Amino acid sequence: MDLPIDPKIAERIDLLEHDWNHYGIDAFGISKEHLGNFYSLLGLLYRYYFRVTVHGIEHVPDRGRAMVVGNHSGGLPVDGGMVLTSLLLDHDPPRLAHGMVEKFAQQWPFVSTWFSRVGQFTGLPEHAVALLEDDRVLMVFPEGARGTGKLYRNRYELVGFGTGFMRLALQTGSPIVPFAFVGGEEALPTKFHFKSIAKRMGLPYIPVPAYLVPFPMPIACDIYYGKPLVFEGTGAEADRVIEGYVDRVKARIVELIDEGRVARRRRLDRLLPMDTTEDDTPGEAIP
Amino acid sequence: MKVLLTGISGAMGRHVALGLLERGHTVIGIDRRPWPDAPKGVEVCRADTRKRPAENVFRQQRPDAVIHMATVTHWGARREERYRINLGGTRAVFDHCHKYGVKQAIFVGRHTVYGAAPDAPLYHTEEDPPMAVSTFPDLADLVAADLYAGSALWRFPEISTAVLRLVYTLGPSATGTLMHFLRGPNVPTVMGFDPLYQFMHEQDAARAIVTAVEHRLRGVYNVAGPQPMPLSLLCKVTGRRAVPIPDLLYRTATGHFGLVRLPAGAINHVKYPIVVKAEAFAKATGFTPEFDEVQSMESFRWAGN
Repeated sequence: MDLPIDPKIAERIDLLEHDWNHYGIDAFGISKEHLGNFYSLLGLLYRYYFRVTVHGIEHVPDRGRAMVVGNHSGGLPVDGGMVLTSLLLDHDPPRLAHGMVEKFAQQWPFVSTWFSRVGQFTGLPEHAVALLEDDRVLMVFPEGARGTGKLYRNRYELVGFGTGFMRLALQTGSPIVPFAFVGGEEALPTKFHFKSIAKRMGLPYIPVPAYLVPFPMPIACDIYYGKPLVFEGTGAEADRVIEGYVDRVKARIVELIDEGRVARRRRLDRLLPMDTTEDDTPGEAIP
Repeated sequence: MKVLLTGISGAMGRHVALGLLERGHTVIGIDRRPWPDAPKGVEVCRADTRKRPAENVFRQQRPDAVIHMATVTHWGARREERYRINLGGTRAVFDHCHKYGVKQAIFVGRHTVYGAAPDAPLYHTEEDPPMAVSTFPDLADLVAADLYAGSALWRFPEISTAVLRLVYTLGPSATGTLMHFLRGPNVPTVMGFDPLYQFMHEQDAARAIVTAVEHRLRGVYNVAGPQPMPLSLLCKVTGRRAVPIPDLLYRTATGHFGLVRLPAGAINHVKYPIVVKAEAFAKATGFTPEFDEVQSMESFRWAGN
């Protein structure tokens, strides 16, 4: 397939420390060419559509295994795409991160192929362990599809965190880098969901914003990475212990979200000097 | 060591026989098919493994080790026949091993027992359950044979039993599951799906089996060679043309227009990958493949296939 590849993106991909075979394929079936196409598109969204600003990316380790863990938001998992892009474009050396994708993606033609070739695998513990043991970066949204399925009025409220990621981090000895993605909720402010159509299509939900088209608006977004959290253990601890660790990660993500939202409001106040004290969110994207 | 091979006249059987001879072992074989130009000293008894002449070979020759390769796939036989050969035959071979004091028994199985499904992980370990029973019902007899052979580990503890789950093989022989599928010139793929295929050179596969015998291997092991490749690239490098067919038309189209005929359920194996982790085997035997993925694909292509 001859899709365009941004030469700058190709350069970043060349810097990845991967064992590519003669055809540019690695042991997980990731293809350099597909990565080039995929990140060229994401790079455009990252730079010009969502104009992502990244903070604290140095907290992501330069090499070795790590799990980046953050909040999910905004109807469509564009936040995932932007986090992946930040790690490839704005981290030195570039890092290829792997998302843990919902199962339906593999059943869809083309989506299945593309996700497989760019290292976005089905969210199975076996995949997580295999990738971490190969010293790669795993991107985890412990809220899962429930996270992107939030309505705008519940924005930035973290819904039930899974605990599986913590057991995997302990089992594989992986540091956890917490992050907050700010702006996603405003980019696609979900008013309600189409549930029955979604069910028929095998999707968890279809988000519908007030402007009806389920596509995010070009709202500037920020990603805040925090210092790595390292937990000691084997992954076989009692639920109570694991939940305690998960709560610490969750609390750190909440802090990062708050930090981001405060900074965002200041920025908007400077742009639009008006009284917004009554409203807890700036009037940026409520249509 | 005196080694008895069932299914010796098949392409893999011949490779293994030659490999064993080269290493100084004595080789005898059982097969319904002939091996007219078998090397000197290789005695081939033309018989069915379930029949008396086959048992006579065990009784008279008293082999030290047995490699059981006389299994068939959906390409080679109808369902009832497959159950007779794959299960009845495996039972007979292990019973004879027990009765006639064989010290090492190797069952040569396939990695496809893990099954291909959208929610199946890449890199199966030996602990993973054999899901092919549901994803590809025509493999049920081979799954059963694999598990049945494994049961010899507790039924006949005095025999060192090894179940090897080999990935697909490629090579000049043009026989075997994958090469049959790639017969070409057009290979039916499923539109929008491009699974990883894991294969090794047939000579490497034979070497792995010989190594397993020499190491008196015991247990269940995945056996793999180089890294897997996407099906589209496999077709390209082997000089085939991948013909993408929409999912819904796949069953209708295969078996026509010069495309290979496939049983129901095979479509999962054309949509989703089966990739295994073979570290345990490499660690137990020190096996490393001699041929990489490119050499394996090209050896198949340029042998005039």
